[in-house]
Amino acid sequence: MSEKTDRPKRMETRLPEKFMPTINYNTCVQCKRCVNECSFQAIDVRDNKVVPKGGCVACGRCIAVCPTSAIEIRPLPSQFPPHGNWTERMRRGIYAQANSGGVLLSSCGTDEPYDVIFEDILLDAAQVTNPSIDPLREPVETRTYLGGRPGRIEVCEGEHMKLCGGEGPIIEMDMPIMLGHVSLGSVSYNTQKALFMAAKELNIIAGSGEGGLHEDFYVYADHICSEVASGRFGVNASYLKNTAAVEIKVGQGAKPGLGGHLPGEKVTKLISETRMIPLGTDALSPYPHHDIYSIEDLQQLISVLKEATEYGRPVGVKIAAVHNVGAIASGIVRAGADFITIDGFKGGTGSAPRVIRDNAGLPIEVAIAVVDKRLTDEGLRNRVTIAAGGGIRCSADMIKAIALGADIAMVSTAAMIAMGCRVCQQCHRGLCPWGIATQREDLMARLDPEQAAARVVRLFRAWNEELREVIGGMGIDSVESLVGNRDRLRYMGPNPKIAEVMGLKTVGEGWG
Amino acid sequence: MSNIDYEYHADECDCGKDCTFTKEGVATIRADGRDTGKGPLHYKTLNCAIRKAIASDIRTIIIEEVMGQRYIGATASGTDLRIVVHGTPGNSLGAFLNGPTIEVLGNAQDMTGNTMNSGKIIIHGNAWDVTGLSARGGTIMIKGSSGYRVGIHMKEFGKTRPSLVIGGTVKDYLGEYMAGGTILVLGLRSHVDSPVGHNIGAGMHGGRIYVRGKVTSRQLGPGAIISPVTEEDSAELTSLIEEFEGYFGEPVGRDYSNFVKIHPSSSRPFSGYYDKTNI
Repeated sequence: MSEKTDRPKRMETRLPEKFMPTINYNTCVQCKRCVNECSFQAIDVRDNKVVPKGGCVACGRCIAVCPTSAIEIRPLPSQFPPHGNWTERMRRGIYAQANSGGVLLSSCGTDEPYDVIFEDILLDAAQVTNPSIDPLREPVETRTYLGGRPGRIEVCEGEHMKLCGGEGPIIEMDMPIMLGHVSLGSVSYNTQKALFMAAKELNIIAGSGEGGLHEDFYVYADHICSEVASGRFGVNASYLKNTAAVEIKVGQGAKPGLGGHLPGEKVTKLISETRMIPLGTDALSPYPHHDIYSIEDLQQLISVLKEATEYGRPVGVKIAAVHNVGAIASGIVRAGADFITIDGFKGGTGSAPRVIRDNAGLPIEVAIAVVDKRLTDEGLRNRVTIAAGGGIRCSADMIKAIALGADIAMVSTAAMIAMGCRVCQQCHRGLCPWGIATQREDLMARLDPEQAAARVVRLFRAWNEELREVIGGMGIDSVESLVGNRDRLRYMGPNPKIAEVMGLKTVGEGWG
Repeated sequence: MSNIDYEYHADECDCGKDCTFTKEGVATIRADGRDTGKGPLHYKTLNCAIRKAIASDIRTIIIEEVMGQRYIGATASGTDLRIVVHGTPGNSLGAFLNGPTIEVLGNAQDMTGNTMNSGKIIIHGNAWDVTGLSARGGTIMIKGSSGYRVGIHMKEFGKTRPSLVIGGTVKDYLGEYMAGGTILVLGLRSHVDSPVGHNIGAGMHGGRIYVRGKVTSRQLGPGAIISPVTEEDSAELTSLIEEFEGYFGEPVGRDYSNFVKIHPSSSRPFSGYYDKTNI
């Protein structure tokens, strides 16, 4: 039988290309750097000429390395007949699933054009009666604390004034920013190192993610919040002690209700050592923690972690923002958590099923406001620190998040972008051409930790300056006075019910 | 970065003085507080007293009249340390245990050996739900039975391989998401058809479960399969059974023809589950 007739009789539909690298042969010097750098193999050499091959994801690596700026990436026009309901995305998904029968996977935060509530909120500024503060002239404090707040403190008299009745450990940070949890495995060693270096330089906290902590990173322990997730990867006594804070990961904004699945291809020697699992097996985090089926159970895990760290570390709980987030947060505080991390549905991920990334959860803006209000109403807000992330893109988002009720803005995608990430949403394929979300040695080497850390440091220093300017402009001299200060926000979006739920006045409404 | 240096609450640890009795390198702690008239020790007090004893180089700690105090021995380290528990310890006994031997002369409650790293936990009675959760090393030996969700997500790495031996029976969800290690269920003193429950090894992608007695495929969760015990398996079985008999003095026998082995069908159960097409 000839090879032709031997083909399986499948009606496989090849999806049309979305992007095309277009090469200007007038300026191309045929150096082939783009061919070597493209980890998706979307550019090839034919007849000694650089040509596009297909599979381009618009990551922009070729453009960045081309010495003569001869490459342009063009989005290709839709090859589907136009239809308002059966959008191209819908049809592409159907073809792919009809081909494979698999659960569609993607990464980064959702790319669906959901409304951004932050953009519907305007900040206040001081005029005449409550003069603004010039941060160049007067102090505008951005120091922030992460940890449980004492219900009552006692001061011992003596030679030196000293606190002697505090509730527990608390961490001082120079700005209200926390680098979100990004696990070793989902990102490369160099990326995690850069994040930890930046956290140390900025004197803030960076999350370790759920993939354990490499021993090389113990030197950054004072700036790391380690994570205890359902897979308990790498969690042992030294992991818990070589860290500034411990967080129980219950949920993640990009995939609320699901556990992480790190595919076996990404479980390299380094990852298997750090996660303490066999080489090349899938690293699966069960969906729930099997020792937590209730708030009482959660309280026990919080307590055992406090015991394990000899009451020397704040212990927090991270949850995805979901519809009942207020009541859940209330339970978490009552269970003894020192801080709560809330992750909005636009939060990033190294890999998540599309269906859940794009459809489940709650916008972080609403979640912060709801949790802050619920905890305040129940007299619990002053006991905890709230860190919130999953959709914070710039200093304005951070400032609005704080005014809505968060103490700390948790940011990761912006830090990745600062390092070079183009948000091409291919992290789950492990081919990141920028060396960020990959375990391939050659790709990983493309990210220089020192330079990447310096970029993250500059970004957040700039955000912090913007924060000082804006709150100074409001006449507020300390970021702590902005927390939950909704009176300095006004809603001008389309839905007054959202404003009501968030406890915001609409534009035009004055004080009181 | 500076953690503000708070002092401990005075009441958390002061019992280390009056409830611990030390003689010839052995510390004895009374957990019911009858000696001091203050009532049963809070778990914080008891654990603090244990930590103090360990810090003062005591290698044998006997805890008497334990009344459900939780987290006993959490993160305790050192292979030469031995903690003997008389009474009933509370949940998460030996959590994150890192080398020591804990022996319980009574029953244990839930989450025994939670995320255990290495060491031994020997229970002379029953241990209830979620025993050995996420253990990645060490040995847990239970003379009696255990409950639901036992051995979930046990995992092995390099030379460290956790083992969990249950003398009696276990209930549903045994070895779910198991990524390594060995579970052995002996079904001693049991008169039921099968000493294990349902949905065994769901999502299992490493490790092995041996059961003495009948197991049908209807009892398995997705990802787990049954096969007979091999020559190589019997060496491991013999060593675990010898250890079990050594602790509890209860003869098990060496006829492995009535043992079954449950193991994963693949180490990559999700490899074909996802579609990575760039839609």
